[in-house]
Amino acid sequence: MEFAYFLLVLFFVQYIRKTMYTKETYPRWDRILVYCRFMAIFLLCAPWVFDCERVFSWLWHAFMLVFVVVLYTRKEFKSVRSLMMSILPLIVIGIAGDVASLISKEFYQKYDEYFDMFKVFFVIWVVAMWYQNRRQQKQLANERQQRIEEEKQNQLMKARKAELEILVAERTEEINRQKEELVTALDHLKTTQVQLVQSEKMASLGELTAGIAHEIQNPLNFVNNFAEVNTELIEELKEEQEKDAPDHELVEEILRDLADNMSKMVHHGKRADSIVKGMLMHSRTGSGEKENVDVNALADEYMRLAYHGLRAKDKSFNATLEKDFQNEIMKARVMPQDFGRVLLNIFNNAFYAVAQRTKSEGDGYRPTVWLSSKLNNGAVEIRIKDNGMGIPDSARAKIFEPFFTTKPTGQGTGLGLSLSYDIICNGHGGTLEVESKKGEFTEFTVRVPAG
Amino acid sequence: MENTTDTQTKILVVDDERDIRSLFEMKFRREIRKGELSFSFAFSGEEALDYMEGHASEVVLILSDINMPGMSGIELLKRIRLDHPSPNPKVMMVTAYNDDDYYHQAFQNGANDFLTKPIDFSKLKEKLQSL
Repeated sequence: MEFAYFLLVLFFVQYIRKTMYTKETYPRWDRILVYCRFMAIFLLCAPWVFDCERVFSWLWHAFMLVFVVVLYTRKEFKSVRSLMMSILPLIVIGIAGDVASLISKEFYQKYDEYFDMFKVFFVIWVVAMWYQNRRQQKQLANERQQRIEEEKQNQLMKARKAELEILVAERTEEINRQKEELVTALDHLKTTQVQLVQSEKMASLGELTAGIAHEIQNPLNFVNNFAEVNTELIEELKEEQEKDAPDHELVEEILRDLADNMSKMVHHGKRADSIVKGMLMHSRTGSGEKENVDVNALADEYMRLAYHGLRAKDKSFNATLEKDFQNEIMKARVMPQDFGRVLLNIFNNAFYAVAQRTKSEGDGYRPTVWLSSKLNNGAVEIRIKDNGMGIPDSARAKIFEPFFTTKPTGQGTGLGLSLSYDIICNGHGGTLEVESKKGEFTEFTVRVPAG
Repeated sequence: MENTTDTQTKILVVDDERDIRSLFEMKFRREIRKGELSFSFAFSGEEALDYMEGHASEVVLILSDINMPGMSGIELLKRIRLDHPSPNPKVMMVTAYNDDDYYHQAFQNGANDFLTKPIDFSKLKEKLQSL
């Protein structure tokens, strides 16, 4: 029995010190546990020196009781409390055996085997409890380790979160900076777009300059010439009236001619006026108001302007202009500035295309531009056709895209048709279509609501 | 196109501006009245060629604008010189552009004279008298 106590003390002291790290956590209790070990060695060895085995047996019981009770009651050893409790039955049976042998040796001898059997059983019980406790300790240790790991993870996550927050703040700042840069870039782009649209207007106006000069020069010549004629007629009239017998028929004729000439002067004056107004209208931004406009007159005027514009630049160029209007006057509801710009763009392209084909084919080719208009389902349909170079299939899908041009650098902004498309489709709720066959013809069809 | 009178000095005026007819008839009313001059008018190069097919022997002078849609005045001049070698009418070119290129082209292709618009009618009358 004493040897079992001895082994238990040695084992538990070692077990408690190892599992609870008492040397570091409870140094005072660690020293006590070491003393306990020495005490167990002393109690085991003492009976060999002192011949009083029974006394030491009772000392063992007392020592074990103190050992168990102290460790059981101290909160520091809470984790081994169940283990201490498991030793208690062994101590009790040891004490019971010693008490029984003290009271009645016969009784003890009679039931000695039972006592031994209980002692073995309780030793096994202690071992089982220790095993159980060890498992629990391991589990607790694992849980503790897990908690430490979790704590570490939490710490890492906190650190990472802090890093991320800093990163997010930096990125947000960068995004805000980029946003400001983009807003500035967008403002620049908008300004550039306005400038581009204006330069496109000016470019197409530039194409017109010579045409405008020609178209203004002609009516002005008529105004001047008819004014001269009228001066002569007035002189003639005076001469006739100063005669004794004026020829009344001649006077009547002169007066009629004067009136006719005056109306012609007014007509040509208005013609020049409308060209100048048209030119100014083209360079200005439109009011955005739609008006009922005679698109035949507008288209005819722009066709002539575009034609003479190109002729002024290339004197060898000539083209036949064919017109076919269903009605003499064709009113459509349009914004005159914008609509005129569209017509001008298409005519400029048409004359450019026939001029190119003239250069490549020479004699035998008759450059022609056709202008026609008709009413079609409540819409005015204007067709502008040329027998120029035509548009290759590869380019046809792109001609309404901004900055697409087949003209050499510097000869086209690439904005004309994209702006035209926008003006007709978005500005007027109309349609702008193109049909073409390479080397044969190109035909633009503009449809806008009738006036 | 209209043949106004039928006298010895017949002038064919070619211009795409239709009011040119009124202007010439007014400016030369006295000469027309007296029967000294007669004018015919064509409003394109093609019309002028058509007219010349039937009246080549009558036309003494062709007064043609250069800058016309379709057949230009220079083209017309070439055709006249090619199609009507005899009798070969005098051709006077008129243009709104006082341009060296047109001037040289006109004379290279056989023009007899060159005028710029607005037409100085007193100068034109002097030139006609010298014909």
